[in-house]
Amino acid sequence: MHMVSRRLPVKQGASADSRPVSWTSQLRPVMPEIVVAWLLLAAFVAGSLLSPYFLDADFLFRQALLYMEIGIMALGATLIIISGNLDLSIAGNLAMVACVTAYAHAQLGVPMELCLALGLLLGAAAGAFNGFFVAVLRLPSLAVTLATMALYRGIAQILLGDHSIQDFPKWFLGIDRRVIPGTPIPAPFLIFLGLALVLGLILHRSVFGRWVYALGTNARAAYYAGVPTRRVKLILFTLSGFLSGLAGLMLDSRLLVARYDHANGWELEAITAVVLGGTAIAGGRGSIFGTVMALFLIAVLRTGMGVANVKVESQLAVVGTLLVAAVLISNFLGRRRR
Amino acid sequence: MAVIAAPVKPANRVLDRLTQVRALRTLILLLIVVLGTTAIEPRYLNPNSIRSILLWVPLLAVIAMGEMMVIIIRGIDVSVGSIVGLAGMAVGLMFRDTPGFSIALGVVVSTLIGLALGALNGFLVAKAKVPAVIVTLGGLTAYRGATFLLSNGSQIDNNYIPKGLVRWSQVGPFGIREVPWVIFIILGIALLTWLILRYTRLGHHIYALGSNPDAARLRGVNVDRVTWFAYAFTGALAGFAGLLYASRFGFLNPGQTGVGLELTVIAAVVIGGVSVYGGSGSVPGVLLGCLLLGAINVALAVLGVAGTWQLAVYGVVILIAVTADSLLQRGLHRVDRSE
Repeated sequence: MHMVSRRLPVKQGASADSRPVSWTSQLRPVMPEIVVAWLLLAAFVAGSLLSPYFLDADFLFRQALLYMEIGIMALGATLIIISGNLDLSIAGNLAMVACVTAYAHAQLGVPMELCLALGLLLGAAAGAFNGFFVAVLRLPSLAVTLATMALYRGIAQILLGDHSIQDFPKWFLGIDRRVIPGTPIPAPFLIFLGLALVLGLILHRSVFGRWVYALGTNARAAYYAGVPTRRVKLILFTLSGFLSGLAGLMLDSRLLVARYDHANGWELEAITAVVLGGTAIAGGRGSIFGTVMALFLIAVLRTGMGVANVKVESQLAVVGTLLVAAVLISNFLGRRRR
Repeated sequence: MAVIAAPVKPANRVLDRLTQVRALRTLILLLIVVLGTTAIEPRYLNPNSIRSILLWVPLLAVIAMGEMMVIIIRGIDVSVGSIVGLAGMAVGLMFRDTPGFSIALGVVVSTLIGLALGALNGFLVAKAKVPAVIVTLGGLTAYRGATFLLSNGSQIDNNYIPKGLVRWSQVGPFGIREVPWVIFIILGIALLTWLILRYTRLGHHIYALGSNPDAARLRGVNVDRVTWFAYAFTGALAGFAGLLYASRFGFLNPGQTGVGLELTVIAAVVIGGVSVYGGSGSVPGVLLGCLLLGAINVALAVLGVAGTWQLAVYGVVILIAVTADSLLQRGLHRVDRSE
């Protein structure tokens, strides 16, 4: 069903030429996800050629675990971007939840179980705070979340400064070491894929999902068609905040430590995964499947580069270039198909 | 949300008045911060802290002049911090490795490197139609990565930075310490930007494009060229800011130079009254915005607030500025309730 809304002309300001909508443009939505899947396969082949240890299940799981928090944020970001908005505050929110939770437990003596609940609540509340400015005051999400990106990380910095907190109870630590009994599959992996499945169903198989696409395709038309645009935006930002909070707790558990500079720059990596996965940054099209594929592509690429001793900074430069290239290629494919 | 009509004629009274109102708002905020801080801590108003505030401004203001153009045309450039880093490191390496590399050449080279990177951003946005936030987010990491590659991760220490360059930030005309030469450099650049925006066709096209992109195109504005110019101009200024960084701090470090500067610049532009909806903003307002951020920064230090508060305060300041901007616009004009 959502194919229909995907191909409506979008966005004021983006381009004034109203291109004719032909049946061939229906083919286009399939493209980016397929391209990414092929690239992923190619990256696997290249990686295994670079190092004989590359195609080792244990090694691959260990490497993929480094990207599960980014992946969880990217799932929320997928929905946000399809709705025509942007959330730059996700990594800042992650750091805030990671630090506030640790602070509450270590300094204020709040039991860890309660801290976890508070952390998730705080993440969701921070997301709702963004949502309030975007949905109720109708401010551009880019400007709002740019501000809260600084605010949330700033709160983490005020609490912890340059210190780090390590006083976590034993049971909380090492989520990445837990596996599903009888399999080599680590718990964060399952959480990520489970969330991807749930959000995929919501996005692609529910009325709410239809509203998200409608909002991103043409917000005004969606409003006049009776979509509760305000509520949809509020829910989306709250969801994105909640997922950031969850990712923050997982990162504390995985790294065994809370620091204010946790996840620095991860909003970029999450958005890269989303856009690389074929979601249109202007909204209206995209899929959870594409984001999941793109996330694994980035993980495999960076693992491959790591195996080949490429420096971290150069890896980031490659990811940045990849982001721009992904949009360029999909623009090019889109244009040629018309 | 295009509220202000495209000022095709230079003497557009509505625009004039609004510009003044916006700049005035920033001025009032500035006065509140300065007077409020002085009331709590009289030490605030002394030559030394005024000097700190003024020294804080140039690096910010020079990039803000470009960033405001980009935001006026409804774009965004978050790659400026990395352009500062790359252009700064490139010039720093030349100061270190090329004997006889003069400051004048440094000005030219840093500006040209910035121009090239900005032109690349502009090309991708204007011609290849890649959204600005994607292009410049990509640039943010790609240019930073290039900076590390170029410098091999090493810092340029102060003994390699020409003394003459450092003096730009230390003394002013007639040996005045409080108002160093960099202030005059930035005032010159601000004047140039003001003239472009105010008295050239290009400047009017920038406002027209920001007010209503479709109408601007229909009126014959060369949208691609205007867009390209805004990003290239911003890049060139950010490149030059790389040199100013060396002048101000006396060292260049691939992991420090310009990191996070994009956020501060955007904060200064937005609290300087440039509308996030595009189409309006003025040079005096943005200069006041830079001054306001500088004043807040020094006020925090004087009041003994830990440096760790800085980031959160910026966040709150941007949020307040953006909200006030929107409420102000809604007060002046009836805005469509739909979207």
